[in-house]
Amino acid sequence: MSNMIELNSTNTKAIVVIKDLKKSFGENCVLDGFNLELFQGENLVVMGKSGSGKSVMIKCLIGLEEPDSGSIEVMGKDIKQLSREALDELRTEVGFLFQGSALYDSMSVRENLEFPLRRHTKKFGVIKDTTPLVMEALESVGLANTMNLMPNELSGGMKRRIALARTLILKPKIILYDEPTTGLDPITSKEILMLMVSVQKKYNTSSIIITHDVDCARMISNRMILLIDGINYAEGTFEALLSSKDPKVQAFFK
Amino acid sequence: MNTILRIIEAFKNFLLEIGELSDFAGRFFKEVFKPPLEFKEFLRQCYNMGNRSLLLVGVTGFIIGLVFTLQSRPTLQQFGAVSWIPAMVSVSIIREIGPIITALICAGRIGSGIGAELGSMRVTEQIDAMEVSGTNPFKYLVVTRILATTLMLPILVFIGDGVALLGSFLVENLKGDVSLLLYFTQVFNHLEFFDVIPSTIKTFFFGFAIGLVGCFKGYYCKKGTAGVGLAANSAVVFSSMLLFIIDFIAVFVANIFYDV
Ligand SMILES: Nc1ncnc2c1ncn2[C@@H]1O[C@H](COP(=O)(O)OP(=O)(O)OP(=O)(O)O)[C@@H](O)[C@H]1O
Ligand SMILES: [Mg+2]
Repeated sequence: MSNMIELNSTNTKAIVVIKDLKKSFGENCVLDGFNLELFQGENLVVMGKSGSGKSVMIKCLIGLEEPDSGSIEVMGKDIKQLSREALDELRTEVGFLFQGSALYDSMSVRENLEFPLRRHTKKFGVIKDTTPLVMEALESVGLANTMNLMPNELSGGMKRRIALARTLILKPKIILYDEPTTGLDPITSKEILMLMVSVQKKYNTSSIIITHDVDCARMISNRMILLIDGINYAEGTFEALLSSKDPKVQAFFK
Repeated sequence: MNTILRIIEAFKNFLLEIGELSDFAGRFFKEVFKPPLEFKEFLRQCYNMGNRSLLLVGVTGFIIGLVFTLQSRPTLQQFGAVSWIPAMVSVSIIREIGPIITALICAGRIGSGIGAELGSMRVTEQIDAMEVSGTNPFKYLVVTRILATTLMLPILVFIGDGVALLGSFLVENLKGDVSLLLYFTQVFNHLEFFDVIPSTIKTFFFGFAIGLVGCFKGYYCKKGTAGVGLAANSAVVFSSMLLFIIDFIAVFVANIFYDV
């Protein structure tokens, strides 16, 4: 399965660069000099134990958490230097799939999908009729018939897919997945992974995928980073890490 | 000794909380004038709040007016001052009882609702999701709700006062054969500028406080479902406390003007 995604020929350009990222919560030092580079068109999997700071890292990347130190560049822009408007503008290019889907439960599926569109007239112009965009996004996750349901009428897997559709509606260049398969049964997990692959093909996105699911990593990763003790402890392809002799690395594949 | 320390600690926390709350209020005033105006969401919140508390406010107001009149009647009768009932009831309801009771009901109904709603949105990362999708969640969620409570509370108090007076009239009508016209002529004859204006101004502050505390507690809700419960609960406790403080200050200030 790992050869399902051919790397883009222009894969030399890094579109996300994290350098020496540090973040503590009081005494609890979560990230202690983490580095990451994401190249154009690549699927980068970040693995780490629960509580190792994967979500914190990805939230720093999108400006939801403020890092203590270190630099984060997204598509050539240092996110610390950006004004609120410029950051919002940049965020239209970066999709974020939350760990718990984070659908707005007071809104229908349709309103959920329309929500990101309401402020992004710069990218799309004024949108008179959102229906085609909503339909397209729903169709690409295979749930075209759920348009008028409320989130509490959906199963966990469906919620995850709707959340992905909500991310896709802005046609982002980068997608950040925070544990896209956690809490789903193996079959649904696989469906979500296939969906991620097809989305990547269709929209030519680059992705950072956070997971502790080895099968997920095997299927989807072009490259992997292991986050251990707050740093990028090991990097390489799935096969390279699998054959590593380091006991801390091996522990992930047991 | 231990108890004293604990009281000092609690008082210190209360002051700290007031400090954080003023920061939050400062942020509200900074953002409220910035475009975009989330007018649709504001209207939706106004409607929801009115819809959720109108019945409760009405029923409570009616019973308060009824009971209040029934209780004071025998005493006034002893002095032969039954004809003063409309004046007395209206002044006390419009000046004090109506606003504070309505505000307390709304603190329980609306304030806790806001705390729980925003709290669960925080815990399930919906607020983060809004932020990421380019909508300022403070403007969309907090500013609209605080504006809505500030506007809706005076309206609800107005309705509550009216229903309470109707309750009082019912007693007078049944026990004293007072007609509706006579009753309300009495009421309006005795109401003065200084009964109505300060208490109306006060209700805007009440509404602001309820919205502010509810949003503050929900927006900074601690992780976990226990956090949501705590946010809802402490929103009610904290805003009720604040309501009495505002009420005290309002009476104090109004009296300064009244004396001269
Ligand atoms: N807002 C916060 N305040 C205080 N501590 C936090 C906060 N957010 C995260 N942490 C701490 O940071 C550490 C890393 O959390 P994070 O959510 O990034 O873990 P994770 O790697 O995503 O784990 P999981 O796989 O379970 O999602 C945890 O110890 C957590 O307690
Ligand atoms: Mg996480």
